[in-house]
Amino acid sequence: MKITDDSPPVLTALDRPNSYIGRSVPRPNLARLTQGRGLYVSDVTLPRMAHVAFVRSPHAHARIAGIAADAAKKSPGVIAVVTGAELAEVMTPWIGVLTHLKGLKSAAQSPIAVDVACWQGEAVAAVVARTRAEAEDACELVEVSYEPLPAVTDPETALDAKTPVIHASLGDNLCFERKLDVGAVDKAFAEADAVVETTFLFGRHTGVTTEPRAVVADWNAGEQRMTVYHGTQAPHMMQNLFAKHLGLAEQQVRVLTKDVGGSFGIKVHTYADEMATVALSKLLKRPVKFVADRIESFVTDIHARDHRVKAKIGVKSDGTITAFEIDDLTGIGPYSVYPRTSGIEANQVVNLVGGPYTCPNYRAQARVVFTNKNVMCQYRAVGHPLAVAVTEGLVEQAAAKIGMDPLEIRRRNLFPDDGYPCASAAGLKFEKLSHHEALAHLDALMNYAGLRAEQSRLRSQGIYRGIGFASFIEVTNPSAAFYGVGGARITSQDGATVKLDAQGALIVATGITEQGQGAEAVVAQCVATSFGVSIDRVRVITGDTDNTPYGGGTWASRAAGIGGEAAWQAGKALRGNVLAVAGAMLQAKPEELDIRNGVVVDKANGTERLPLDELARVAYFRPDTLPPGFQAELMATRHYVPRAWPFAFTNGIQASYLEVDTDTGFVKLLKHWCVEDCGTIINPQLVDEQIRGGVVQGIGAALFEQCLYDERGQMLNGNMADYLVPMAAEMPDIECDHVVSPTADSELGAKGAGEAGTAGAPACVMNAINDALRPLGAKALTDMPFTPGKILRALGKV
Amino acid sequence: MSEHALDISLTVNGERVHERVEARKTLVDFLREDLALTGSHVGCEHGVCGACTVRVNGEIVRGCLMLAVQCDGATVETIEGLSDSGEIADLQAAFEQRNALQCGYCTPGMIAAAQDLLKRGGVPSRDEIREHLSGNYCRCTGYHAIVDAVEAVAQARAGAKP
Repeated sequence: MKITDDSPPVLTALDRPNSYIGRSVPRPNLARLTQGRGLYVSDVTLPRMAHVAFVRSPHAHARIAGIAADAAKKSPGVIAVVTGAELAEVMTPWIGVLTHLKGLKSAAQSPIAVDVACWQGEAVAAVVARTRAEAEDACELVEVSYEPLPAVTDPETALDAKTPVIHASLGDNLCFERKLDVGAVDKAFAEADAVVETTFLFGRHTGVTTEPRAVVADWNAGEQRMTVYHGTQAPHMMQNLFAKHLGLAEQQVRVLTKDVGGSFGIKVHTYADEMATVALSKLLKRPVKFVADRIESFVTDIHARDHRVKAKIGVKSDGTITAFEIDDLTGIGPYSVYPRTSGIEANQVVNLVGGPYTCPNYRAQARVVFTNKNVMCQYRAVGHPLAVAVTEGLVEQAAAKIGMDPLEIRRRNLFPDDGYPCASAAGLKFEKLSHHEALAHLDALMNYAGLRAEQSRLRSQGIYRGIGFASFIEVTNPSAAFYGVGGARITSQDGATVKLDAQGALIVATGITEQGQGAEAVVAQCVATSFGVSIDRVRVITGDTDNTPYGGGTWASRAAGIGGEAAWQAGKALRGNVLAVAGAMLQAKPEELDIRNGVVVDKANGTERLPLDELARVAYFRPDTLPPGFQAELMATRHYVPRAWPFAFTNGIQASYLEVDTDTGFVKLLKHWCVEDCGTIINPQLVDEQIRGGVVQGIGAALFEQCLYDERGQMLNGNMADYLVPMAAEMPDIECDHVVSPTADSELGAKGAGEAGTAGAPACVMNAINDALRPLGAKALTDMPFTPGKILRALGKV
Repeated sequence: MSEHALDISLTVNGERVHERVEARKTLVDFLREDLALTGSHVGCEHGVCGACTVRVNGEIVRGCLMLAVQCDGATVETIEGLSDSGEIADLQAAFEQRNALQCGYCTPGMIAAAQDLLKRGGVPSRDEIREHLSGNYCRCTGYHAIVDAVEAVAQARAGAKP
């Protein structure tokens, strides 16, 4: 029953009967969510469950001189008031470093601040009560004596000798530094016909998941086991960390992750308040629940993207890019976040600038400094939106300077489609990309020439529309090169176990997790196809460290490419086992049989031989009728990890078409396009929806989102009324198209698609705004988000 | 807190409910905590995100901006009730087919808001759909698929092409 009209043409090895590869199969179990019958951690209640609320520092930096909790302890419903020093008896602190980021340093962080609070919002005491409301009431009664300390809030001066050092033990405020100098950069700039030099500023922003972070920890003193219901992307990673810092063996910890209300990289880190909740459960020997409220989320969910990048490009008059140079500075808060560190984002910026282009000359410096603001760490498309905005902003400004069309300058510099494998100046290794084919698709898809004509016509009427582009590469399917080699217990491999049940249906347990991307659908599609049943006969289990193969979870665009391949291989392995049983029952050669539509058939002609429910009945209930010595094995497990390449790079190009109101500075987004190449497309609809959602998240960065801090380190807009996110009315329709270059590293050939949209969208919105304003003589805008005020200033109107 | 508690009687999803609630308790906390109707979600608790959208006396409201005690005598419908009555079955099917939800946390509120638009009749334009849903925050989808799903249902209900 293969549906051919939505299948990409390249799938030969994958093109089995019952093929769901390349089909837009609806995700299983969505009705649970449309009916409001999911199970998010914030929905979980357990017997004897208590609620914790935290007293949080109102200062960006302050010594905790004393905590008076007597009144709070007498408040109705209060079970305990716990300080950092008291919780330190139960849980050890952690340090967020990775050995392969040489020189990266950080200080020990505790679940609740001990002695010194280092950012506004850091927890300084916990109140546990019968209800959240009672816990919050009592928080107001906890009297903390603070001695305010000078706050380090400007990354530009964080390393100055006169700036206070946040952690004396570290000696200075430098977390990490990286330098790169490839080719002959000075010579290349000297030989350029034009040089563009500018500074890009990126607004510090955050994930704003619809469901805030949530955890319910349940220490059973009788079992000596900790069960944690956790809205996380990486259950096995968290199992390791909870165990390690509570002094338990991993087998004493079970992490359960059911529905998660959005993640985007926000829910893949160690949060002090979540660690504290788990420690409190152990301390109090009862379940404890913590759900961040929105105000807490804004000052404790990791922030990201707060970078200042001085950047320079050299270009010949024929469009050849001669060199890139960047100087990146980022302030990441008082701690490098555990265990993935806060050095990765700047490291990615260095790696990715210039990434789509053949230019061999590249110099980069990145400095990561400590500040007294909320911590920063990996958020969707880590570093990509910054590197792409820097690169593509420079490329379009250079094109304008030499009078060349922005697509033409890309055609003259993008890695050629027939030149793979190859490597970028920064050393990134590319197996197979398709920049030129993607660009050609985009050109046609958006009717570029037609839009240029329309733009020109409207300009004469005083209507200013802009067209902007962004070519990009995306890191997906990371191998152990990402974290494992640096000493973090974050696995890059993933596994799938497939079991035939007693009625011939399949149950798959996978180490990847579902936060809405469609991981369960992808796993079901892979298993149904490689095994040979209709997809409604496949049930997928995720998010349970007791019952799924050890796996990394879902982040860095790894679920489909890595978890999908493991599922594909597990389905194949079980098919082999099942055909061995069928061969024994039918006295046939297993290699001459196949499974199609849930029936064992003759491979040659499709003649039906044995339904799976009958095979399962015999194997489970009448094994005595099978040949002596034959044992049916109706469960199979396979694992997969990329080995040939450290990362499966993908590529693509986006375009934005928008209109700037030159009187109000408002930007109206008219249309957005994205053509990308994630290799084999397992489910076209899910890929497109990842792209669309990602694009809108990137648009948020370009136009709306910024965590505003004052010079004392106070966040000024930590609520959803003042921190703007993209809403339906302002967003455009987004058209997607694809080029398919499968990776040869896996049989499936799938690469990741989860971050491509976010990677490219800010750059092309920026370029489109500048394209719109260029005829008005406005200085190019490079300071995100591009608010109406900034646009009016660029136009000289305010 | 008991001196600040009040007795209320209301109809929730067709069932009569009598409860004593704290005066300060919001409608959405009452639904979730006292009635275990966890389909209404808490996103921002200050009326911006729309995840707690429910219907009170036929009008959609923010469950976080209304107190439970204000609902004494009211008729409240949550996503669970709207689902069981079949009123939004076509919208739910369209959301599922079109993948107009990812994490699903905004979805009950989004569907309630969409139904509020569609029950007025006619086929709204994409811009009108976007405008009506502009009080419901979705971080996952980018809204395009949601607009597609709502548009398709509007057309189907109007007897136009599916």
